[in-house]
Amino acid sequence: MIHNYLFLSIILFCLGIVGVIARRNVFTVFMSIELMLNAGILALIAFARLHVHMDGHVLAMMVMAVAAAEAALALAVVILLHKHKSKLDTNVFSLLKG
Amino acid sequence: MELSVNYLGLIPLFPLMGAVIIGLLHVFTCNRTRLPEKVYGILACIGPILSFILALRVWVALKALPPESRFLTHDVFTWISVGEFNVSMGFLADPLACLFLLFVTFIGTLIHIYSIGYMSGDVNYGKFFAYMNLFLGSMLVLVLGDGPLVMFVGWEGVGLCSYLLISFYSEDRANVVAGNKAFIVNRIGDLGFVLGMAFLFWGIGSGGFDYLSLSVNADNLAPGIALAVCLLFFIGATGKSAQIPLYVWLPDAMAGPTPVSALIHAATMVTAGVYMVARFSFLYAGVELAGSVIAWVGILTALLAAIFAMYQDDIKKILAYSTVSQLGYMFAGVGVAAYSAGIFHVFTHAFFKALLFLGAGSIIYALHHEQNIWKMGGLKAKMPITYVTMVIGALALAGCPPFSGFFSKDEILYCAFATGHYGIWLVGIVVAAMTAFYTFRMIFIVFHGQARDQEKFDHAHEPPSVMTIPLIILAVGAIFAGFFNLPGVFGGNLMVSQWLEPSLTEVHPYTSTFVEIFVVVASIAAFAVGLKLAWSKYGQGATKPEFSGFSRFAYNKFYVDEAFDRVLVQPYRALGATIWKNIEPNVTDAPVKGASRLYMMLGNAFKVFQAGYVRVYAIYMVVGLSLMTLFLSQSLN
Repeated sequence: MIHNYLFLSIILFCLGIVGVIARRNVFTVFMSIELMLNAGILALIAFARLHVHMDGHVLAMMVMAVAAAEAALALAVVILLHKHKSKLDTNVFSLLKG
Repeated sequence: MELSVNYLGLIPLFPLMGAVIIGLLHVFTCNRTRLPEKVYGILACIGPILSFILALRVWVALKALPPESRFLTHDVFTWISVGEFNVSMGFLADPLACLFLLFVTFIGTLIHIYSIGYMSGDVNYGKFFAYMNLFLGSMLVLVLGDGPLVMFVGWEGVGLCSYLLISFYSEDRANVVAGNKAFIVNRIGDLGFVLGMAFLFWGIGSGGFDYLSLSVNADNLAPGIALAVCLLFFIGATGKSAQIPLYVWLPDAMAGPTPVSALIHAATMVTAGVYMVARFSFLYAGVELAGSVIAWVGILTALLAAIFAMYQDDIKKILAYSTVSQLGYMFAGVGVAAYSAGIFHVFTHAFFKALLFLGAGSIIYALHHEQNIWKMGGLKAKMPITYVTMVIGALALAGCPPFSGFFSKDEILYCAFATGHYGIWLVGIVVAAMTAFYTFRMIFIVFHGQARDQEKFDHAHEPPSVMTIPLIILAVGAIFAGFFNLPGVFGGNLMVSQWLEPSLTEVHPYTSTFVEIFVVVASIAAFAVGLKLAWSKYGQGATKPEFSGFSRFAYNKFYVDEAFDRVLVQPYRALGATIWKNIEPNVTDAPVKGASRLYMMLGNAFKVFQAGYVRVYAIYMVVGLSLMTLFLSQSLN
């Protein structure tokens, strides 16, 4: 039974990774990151249910709250990035190139 | 055995604090409206006066103790603490240190008071007094230190201050060069001092590195090491106290303001070498060879400097060479193990040399910075106080009875004679005659005869009383200081020698009264001969002679400076230039530059990975995390 949840979690996580690596739009990258986070939460909840333990639920709520805060921050960063270059292509922002 | 008193540390602290306060005041006001000179003058004199009062208190406290336990100590704080090795910033006042304290602070105070008048109108009035206070404070650290290490702090301090003060008029390049010369020559001597300390520590340092422990352990020192220590310390002393071959800096040090010369020559700095040898008398007493070397170097320095002094035409240089010459006497004294005689000559010399320098300062002040004696003449009428006090100083320097210099010099010559050093005695007598000659040559040319430069003569005047009063006080000292140590033949009981006895390891040589009288008569005869020659040659007014032959050679100081320049300075510079131009770029710089090039290559190689795209970094992260997870899961199984 737990396997199904974990497989779903892994699939979501891998989709997230592919999204971060392959897509160039800042929003898509950001959404992919959220996807990875939620994949993690899903695994956490699944294990919490398996062990009948509330700690996992509490932690999941915490992660969601943090994700919400992070989303607020990240959206502000996206707006600034757009203001800066008028584009949302991640390849445009390459100041760290060696 | 030792008594701890807490005011000992304050003695050097007062002038040092004065230096800090005056220095800060000067720094914060020199670019805005200046403070009145009086503020600096009064602030500068407070420190030395308080130190002098405390020195008197030390003296009283020491007198109250029985002679064999006359030691006051004060450990202020632990200075160095490395494992078993502890050095405290400790001070020790014994009779020797106390004598130095008394005359250093007394004469230092007078020179400070005199400087209020002499330096008036100078732009850097505040800076001058800050340095002067620092100088005095360093000297007091040197005198009061309870071991070679604390002494070395003061030793370096006076070296630094002499440099600062000699190049005080730093607009003129020659003065800066003179300051550098003094500093560098002193460094050579300091190296000897440091090496001597290292040997001493290696030998008997484990039993404590202060004078009291060292003197207890002195017998355990191997003779070879003792000789090395003594000679290395003496090299240090030749640097500070201007002996052959390191005397060259002292005449050049005349570039500084005249009160500085007085301070260097009378109270601080040059007496440090003699003090050090006397301080280590427990070492020197056991090494006769070192004593002989010191005595001969000393008396030959006395001879050489006296020859130079007879031909100089700068009033301050004459006095500078006379100091070198008198220091030679002092070293001859401590060399023949007559430490108290040497120290007593330091004591009397402080009075009459300070007097002569301050007198010369008055003349220079009155003649608007004219130092050439061939432009003076007939000043007796214009400057009576200066004239009388300077004649007193000259009589003391030349060794005329009953002035102070006579007794101290006679005591040294007597000790040399009585211990069988007849050669040193003979040279000493000759130098005594030369001393009388060059001293009165100066007096006669400057004060007697006709004015040589009428314009300067007309403007000459007696300086203000803030300058003449110190002269008068010092003149009194120059007359009477000798009576403190009257030998038996004059009905005295060598008071100073007895006072110094607990600090020194010496045996006063006793011979017959006939020998004593013979030595005294010889000294007086030498003085009379010198005076007579000076009078017959310069008494009636003379013009600057043309030098030829030997006198030309002596006028140019035997070309010693030029020889040093040719033999040491020029090759050293050439060597430096060679290293700079050839060895540095090819040998020392190559590895450094190679290393930087290597790192640049490495950086270029790794640059490829820094793509700058977020995606690429994400890939690195995923790959890294995956590998880590793989590794962890492997190791867990």
